[in-house]
Amino acid sequence: MFRIIDRRFDSKNKSAVNRQRFFRRFKGQIRKAVSDAISGRSITDIDNGESISIPSKDLSEPQFGHAHEGEWETIYAGNDQFATGDEVQRPMGGGQGRGKGASNEGESEDDFVFQLSREEFLNIFFDDLALPNLVKTQLARLVENKSVRAGFTSDGVPANINVVRSLRGALGRRLALGGPYREEIRQLQDEIDELSKTLPEDHPDLKARWERIERLRSKIENIPWIDSFDLRYNNRVKVPVPSTSAVMFCVMDVSGSMDEEKKQIAKRFFMLLYLFLKRTYEHIELVFIRHHTVAQEVDENDFFHSRESGGTVVSSALEMMRDIVRERYANGMWNIYGAQASDGDNWENDSPICRQILADEIMPFVQYFAYIEITTGEPQNLWREYIGVQEACKNFAMQRIEGIADIYPVFRELFKKKLA
Amino acid sequence: MNDRQVPLPAASEWTFELLDRYHAEIARVAGEYGLDTYANQIEIITSEQMMDAYASVGMPVNYHHWSFGKHFLSTEKGYKRGQMGLAYEIVINSDPCISYLMEENTMTMQALVIAHAAYGHNSFFKGNYLFRTWTNADAIIDYFLFARNYVAECEERYGEEEVELLLDSCHALMNVGVDRYKRPPKLSLFKEMQRQKEREAYLQSQVNALWRTLPAREAREEREHEVRFPSEPQENLLYFIEKNAPLLEPWQREIVRIVRKIAQYFYPQRQTQVMNEGWATYWHYTLVNTLYDQGLLADSFMLEFLQYHTSVVAQPPYNSPYYGGINPYALGFAMWKDVRRICEEPTDEDRAWFPEIAGSDWRKTFDFAMRNFKDESFIAQYLSPKLMREFKLFAVLDDDHNDNLKISAIHDEQGYRKIRKIMSDQYNLGSREPNIQVWNVDLRGDRMLTLRHHEYHRRPLGSATDEVVKHIARLWGFAVRLEAVGEDGTVEIARELKLEKRRH
Repeated sequence: MFRIIDRRFDSKNKSAVNRQRFFRRFKGQIRKAVSDAISGRSITDIDNGESISIPSKDLSEPQFGHAHEGEWETIYAGNDQFATGDEVQRPMGGGQGRGKGASNEGESEDDFVFQLSREEFLNIFFDDLALPNLVKTQLARLVENKSVRAGFTSDGVPANINVVRSLRGALGRRLALGGPYREEIRQLQDEIDELSKTLPEDHPDLKARWERIERLRSKIENIPWIDSFDLRYNNRVKVPVPSTSAVMFCVMDVSGSMDEEKKQIAKRFFMLLYLFLKRTYEHIELVFIRHHTVAQEVDENDFFHSRESGGTVVSSALEMMRDIVRERYANGMWNIYGAQASDGDNWENDSPICRQILADEIMPFVQYFAYIEITTGEPQNLWREYIGVQEACKNFAMQRIEGIADIYPVFRELFKKKLA
Repeated sequence: MNDRQVPLPAASEWTFELLDRYHAEIARVAGEYGLDTYANQIEIITSEQMMDAYASVGMPVNYHHWSFGKHFLSTEKGYKRGQMGLAYEIVINSDPCISYLMEENTMTMQALVIAHAAYGHNSFFKGNYLFRTWTNADAIIDYFLFARNYVAECEERYGEEEVELLLDSCHALMNVGVDRYKRPPKLSLFKEMQRQKEREAYLQSQVNALWRTLPAREAREEREHEVRFPSEPQENLLYFIEKNAPLLEPWQREIVRIVRKIAQYFYPQRQTQVMNEGWATYWHYTLVNTLYDQGLLADSFMLEFLQYHTSVVAQPPYNSPYYGGINPYALGFAMWKDVRRICEEPTDEDRAWFPEIAGSDWRKTFDFAMRNFKDESFIAQYLSPKLMREFKLFAVLDDDHNDNLKISAIHDEQGYRKIRKIMSDQYNLGSREPNIQVWNVDLRGDRMLTLRHHEYHRRPLGSATDEVVKHIARLWGFAVRLEAVGEDGTVEIARELKLEKRRH
């Protein structure tokens, strides 16, 4: 007996469960590896999964075995030089890993390396983090109406006329109204055919019938081709759906004191925030505002790559953000997030203004606003002013970042799940 | 040569029709050589499914465990980076015998796998005494199904984590959880289900009986003369735990039993690597060559085939960076080929070494050897001086009392027997793996379980031992002591693990 079975279309991913169990079991190690992985690498790579390496001793499956001590007598192949009784120095042979750890394979032996998919990576990456105030907004404000089709109605605005439906109705009406007339015409025609066999053409009986047919035909023609009664309109009803749109404001200082390294740090922070928001919202708009003494709305490329010089007036950027929110995102359908990165350097008299704009005119409209100060020095006036904002507004957070390695911890700190 | 034969189409892409035609020819030739096999079931799978199968020890159904996920991840990584190809074949010792063909393979490859797995391995599974004794080909798939369902049910009832910890501990004992000298009872899904309930109740009652007697006060002084429990040392730790661990719940015993049964199922494979792979390789080589001689195969087919074949049976020398020990495919293939040579064209040396088979009917000798040996005895019996010379085998003595390694024997007149003996020992699971036995349970005292490791050539236990002892303690529920018995009979305590707190 012989059978060939094509299993190619059978359930795939039989090992998916085992894979999940592996992740669950080594969650701690994997999470640590993930955070190590991002502190070194470019943030844009994070969007594509990651190669993760964890120490293999943590996930060993122990069995009884011998240590390589005592007396071992082993057979090798390919003798090219030895005679019985020869002595050789340890270790023996080329690539075999059986010896006492004299192998120089290094890492590959000690680490277990595997690939995480993008989804798995982000899940672990953002595990335990939550968007602040998310619940509140979902209940209170996240409602947007979406219009969905709901059949047809007999009244509406001309723009919604459904031509096919309307003409089909008209045709039906015409057939229905003209039916009796046509029936009579057919009868008269049959009589005429019958009579004209025996009677001359101008016989009054025939003539009368012809006239009758004429009258009926004009009656059929008088049935209106289309009537207001026939019109059908597409019907749409509004269904409330939770909004899945968010807008994220990236505000960055590009004055002379912000060097390339600081901008890189800011960029990574913004990217993290973007990836994080993306997990919750279907649609995210980005607004980039850069500023030195004046603020400017720019595209992503200019935002990260151009360099300006000169002094710093932070309030210019906040004013711009406020105005953009009022213009474009004030209809209540947007979840607004703000992130500001700066080295803390600001024109002395400007900082109180910043505080006032932020606390009174921006915070009431945004879900969350995060300020990061990228500096190794002492906190400056902007930081001190912002502390006041933090005390007043629950949805405001601020943190200091000194180097690239701080980004992820700070990010976690800002967004860690708060116990209710 | 048979002139009536129409050559098989030499396409590189396989189709179902071509598989049928190639298989028919391979089956015909295998029949002519008298290979006796289980029915064949060939399954076409994708590379991803191959990795799935890999990860769950080759079985089409298995219970879930993180370690299978770990194996999957490492296989997947290697495969995606192109570091390694997937194995040519996975074949399951069941009736019908299931062989997997990967869809990416060329037609040549599929034919090779059919010959190798569906006729080579399959006939070995059906004939070899170890497989006949220890595995039930007709019931194994059913048993795995039972195991998966049972484990899943336990997970639902007692929590995934609880079951996982238990499985971890059982897996750690898989190599010391096999019987070597008893015939296991037949397993089948139906009977297993029926009997499982009774067994649970019965086992529990036995355990209770064991602990019911309270120690009499005066008995304490006579401890020294007390009878040991078990009265004879036992080598199957999982079996001992399943039957005697005092604190296990019935469902936990059942899971221990499942892991033990599965370990037992794989036991013959671990003992017949050289023979089994060599046998399958010999037959794919012979069957395909016979078809070629009959004019059925194109030259292009043969070139591709020979390329695969030679890479499988390559044996790099000891000083090559690719050396990874003796290649079982190479050794096995060469030995079977050599046995046939001794039968058909014996030299004087062969007559002196192998008087009983020199000049005999090679088919009968093959059949006898395949049925009645395992690696250890097969090598001890059939490794010829000629082959030792061809492989340039030599023995190295690594004694940690000496500063240098010593070449103790080479492929010459004085060394042949010694090399053969060492080689045979190298494939003897009994000396390759530590010999650990259940020695005693302190029935009247703290219920400590004492295991004894009988040292072989002064080899101590490896670094994983502490972990394994912890797993044993988890299953046993009380303290565990591991004693090392030297070859001179001295006993010393190697490891001891007291449990701080009892489970439950």
